[in-house]
Amino acid sequence: MVNQVIFFYFAVVILASAILTITQRNPIHSVMFMLLLFFHIAGVFVLLNAEFLAAVQLIVYAGAILILYLFVVMLLNVDRESTAARANRFWPWMAGFGVVIAAEVILLIVRGTFPSEAGQQPMRLAGSGVKELGELLYQKYLVPFEVASIILLVGLVGAVMLAKKRASD
Amino acid sequence: MLDMNQLLHYVYTLGIPVAVLLAFILANAVYLQLMERKVLAHMQGRLGPMRTGWHGLLQPIADSVKFLMKEDIIPAKADKWVFSLAPFILLVMAFGSMVIIPYGPPTDFFGLLPKKVPLWVSNLNVGILYVLAFSSVGTYGVIMAGWASNNKYSLMGGFRSAAQMISYEIPMAFSIITVVLMSGSLNLSDIVNAQTDRLFIVALPVGPVAFFLYLMSGIAETNRVPFDLPEAESELVAGYFTEYSGIRFGMFYMAEYMNMIVVSLLASIMFLGGWLPVQILPHTLGHIAPIAFINKLLAAIPPTIWLLGKLYFFIFFYMWLRATLPRYRYDQLMSISWKILLPLSLGTLLVAAGMKQMGWL
Amino acid sequence: MPTLYQQFMQSMMPILPEAIVIIVGLTVLVFDFFIEKERKSLLGWYSLAGITIAAYASYTLMPMSGVFFGGTFHFDPFATFFNFVFYIACGLGILVSINYLEVEDIHRGEYYALMLFATSGMMFMASAGDLIILYLGLELMALSIYILAGFMRGSNRSNEAAIKYLILGAFSSGIMLYGMSLLYGLAGTTNLSGILAFLRVADLSNPVIFLAMIMLTVSFGFKVAAAPFHMWVPDVYEGAPTSVTAFMSAGPKVAGFAVLLRVFLYTFEPLREHSTAILAGLAVLTMAVGNVMALSQTNIKRMLAYSSIAHAGYALVGLAAGGPDGAASVMLYVLIYAFMNMGAFGVVIMLRKAGERGEEISDFAGLGKTNKTAAFLMLIFMFSLTGIPPLAGFIGKFYIFKSAVQAGLVWLAVAGVLFSAISAYFYLRVIMVMYMHEPKESIELSSAPSLALALAISVTAVIVIGVYPTDLLNYARASIAGIM
Repeated sequence: MVNQVIFFYFAVVILASAILTITQRNPIHSVMFMLLLFFHIAGVFVLLNAEFLAAVQLIVYAGAILILYLFVVMLLNVDRESTAARANRFWPWMAGFGVVIAAEVILLIVRGTFPSEAGQQPMRLAGSGVKELGELLYQKYLVPFEVASIILLVGLVGAVMLAKKRASD
Repeated sequence: MLDMNQLLHYVYTLGIPVAVLLAFILANAVYLQLMERKVLAHMQGRLGPMRTGWHGLLQPIADSVKFLMKEDIIPAKADKWVFSLAPFILLVMAFGSMVIIPYGPPTDFFGLLPKKVPLWVSNLNVGILYVLAFSSVGTYGVIMAGWASNNKYSLMGGFRSAAQMISYEIPMAFSIITVVLMSGSLNLSDIVNAQTDRLFIVALPVGPVAFFLYLMSGIAETNRVPFDLPEAESELVAGYFTEYSGIRFGMFYMAEYMNMIVVSLLASIMFLGGWLPVQILPHTLGHIAPIAFINKLLAAIPPTIWLLGKLYFFIFFYMWLRATLPRYRYDQLMSISWKILLPLSLGTLLVAAGMKQMGWL
Repeated sequence: MPTLYQQFMQSMMPILPEAIVIIVGLTVLVFDFFIEKERKSLLGWYSLAGITIAAYASYTLMPMSGVFFGGTFHFDPFATFFNFVFYIACGLGILVSINYLEVEDIHRGEYYALMLFATSGMMFMASAGDLIILYLGLELMALSIYILAGFMRGSNRSNEAAIKYLILGAFSSGIMLYGMSLLYGLAGTTNLSGILAFLRVADLSNPVIFLAMIMLTVSFGFKVAAAPFHMWVPDVYEGAPTSVTAFMSAGPKVAGFAVLLRVFLYTFEPLREHSTAILAGLAVLTMAVGNVMALSQTNIKRMLAYSSIAHAGYALVGLAAGGPDGAASVMLYVLIYAFMNMGAFGVVIMLRKAGERGEEISDFAGLGKTNKTAAFLMLIFMFSLTGIPPLAGFIGKFYIFKSAVQAGLVWLAVAGVLFSAISAYFYLRVIMVMYMHEPKESIELSSAPSLALALAISVTAVIVIGVYPTDLLNYARASIAGIM
């Protein structure tokens, strides 16, 4: 019961801050709401007994990625960004299309059932779950884990390649 | 619904510890400033504040009253919400990390209490990661303050802080992971207990290196000399809090000291054995009578006193650095992190992992 | 008693080919530091050697078959077949690049590394036994190609291509992840076999199953450029460096079909009747859009972009037909397609000399008089793309339509033949321009040994497969046997 109330709080704030993130005209405010969003997602992780993931969520997303966003956004000309037109004249059509698709998806999900046990219960782990997570990542999901590291390398190479100043330029 | 017993239980396990912690923090934040002024003054051959109270002992009280009474100015062109929120973020995040730190083993205060109580508010299984998470989110306070002030000096301060945080967080995290590897746990109490045999600072060869890395990046993360570029007074007036006044200015001050406390506490816990007593070479010289006697005496000091002693040693170290070292240039700051600390921390982690695998650690 | 090291090597055996490709990619990045600008082509040849070694590793490991790493990784003949197609696409892609990069003055080591990483991503996609590795392989491939598409940093068109591809690719990845999360919510596992086991016993009237299937269809539709998810294709193909376009039109598309085959014919097998309807509809629309839109193009790269859409449509016909025959025909088709498309782009690259773009169809005018070999090669590739016997393209289409007829989808086969007839117009127009029009000016073609080798391999393959398709078809049939 208490858990459900807490979850409801998290869910509402997550949705609200997600919407505010994309509707704010000032990009700095967007980032602020995104920070709020990340905090509450971490809260949901805690609620699911995934303390480690909650901490990682904060360290990686709030502590590193979002700071980088903020860094970039602060370099932009905020005044110009916040007064520029955000959509072209077709936006009502696009919004309508989006609403129709969203309604369809919601309708189908509401009418469907999710028979699997997965996700119905929080994990029951002895400790922090770090050991279990480590074993999963380095045994069963070893290949995806290593592929992910190559993906990050590609991102790095690409960023350096596309952005670095060269003597010839 | 909550019944009375449960309510009392919450008061005992949450209310009282939080209240005690708050009192501890407030007292520290206020008096560390006096300590800093005194330490700096004596190192520079001055006396420091002497007028208010005996040797200036009431100076912090007077300062606090001044902060509270002064007008809280918000610049007309500032972003009001972000501007007002920024100091709170810093403060809340600093406090958030202190909640997780254990200040000693469970104790009954020399028989005063009927049963042993823990000396922490919350003993999280992944405690060290939470401290890391909260401290990294604290940067938002600095960046937001810098941006919202709508002042170029503040903005520069905010930028510098963001870049500095990103750069130094990585070696810091790697040095912490080295400790986690050595202790085999993310829980701060377990990390302390894992040092019963030997403190991690003397765990050759990786311990001292990791300690050095942690200390360097910890100082950088708290924006203290010689890494205080975000508030470099000779270049940026006061950096990100140039535009702040009154109580909000006081909050920045408080947050800075609280962050110093957190970094120092973590350094004590991770490398100096937290509340464990320091012993003089127990394994090699421990059998010699006078040394054994001294070791016994050292062990008799209560654990929490040990932790606080280590904490204030680090705080003193901070102030010592401030009195001694000049500030780095910005590009030096960056190259130290990326070209020296980062490879060094990676190497340390690799060596530690290899030694752990071989069972040498 | 094997040592720990031997045990480790033993357990790594199944990903040996992928590991070789990745390691070669990593070493390319390192060697790049030590090789001066004029000799970067060494890296190209080195990468090519790496691909060859990986192909040899795949060949020697062919007898091995099974599921590894806790069910996340399939090492089976199906995956090996596709791995060979990827080696071909990557190898030919490298060969056509070496000279082109020189001409465009964008010869940098990262190019080959990214190409190898993209190839390893495709290989992981083909071997995926789990939605997670499927997704990560796809991202590895896609991310590398986004960067490759924007490799000409100075060119606005190249930047536009990269940005467009990135945004739409990220969008389709989002849809895919949403579909995958629905599948996980349904089946409680991300394992493809686990999902199959769930679907076998599941109540198929549950609408969420179809929502998940449709979302996966949409996202893979993006990757293989099926209509109506093809909007990005012409702009990206036109803007990207031509050598990247060549690679992009073969590699990722084939990888997309590998995944489609594995997911739709294996995991979604219980949903057969529904998926057939969706895929057949998609196939008709894709063939229509690709062939009709190609008619009015004047830029050869845009025309080939629409042609690649049309060919995705033909392959979808085979997918809709399903069954071992359908699957084998699709596998044969994508292999043939890789060869003939690479060849066609190779000829386009020949026209690119410093100072000239050589991308308009009118630039081909009189090629039949000024350079008989190039014109003849283009003729072969255009005939093959149209599907004129005895070339390989005909064989590919023949088996696809045959499997559709056998599966009872006669109308689909008829539509496919009709659209092929339409396609003859724009393919043959290129030939007409080459042989009937007077040359505007004397064109000097860039000739490099690497490009010549690529074209020689492609044209040989197109002719040989066209004449002796049986062995290859039998190999494809044998490969599919493991999963159907």
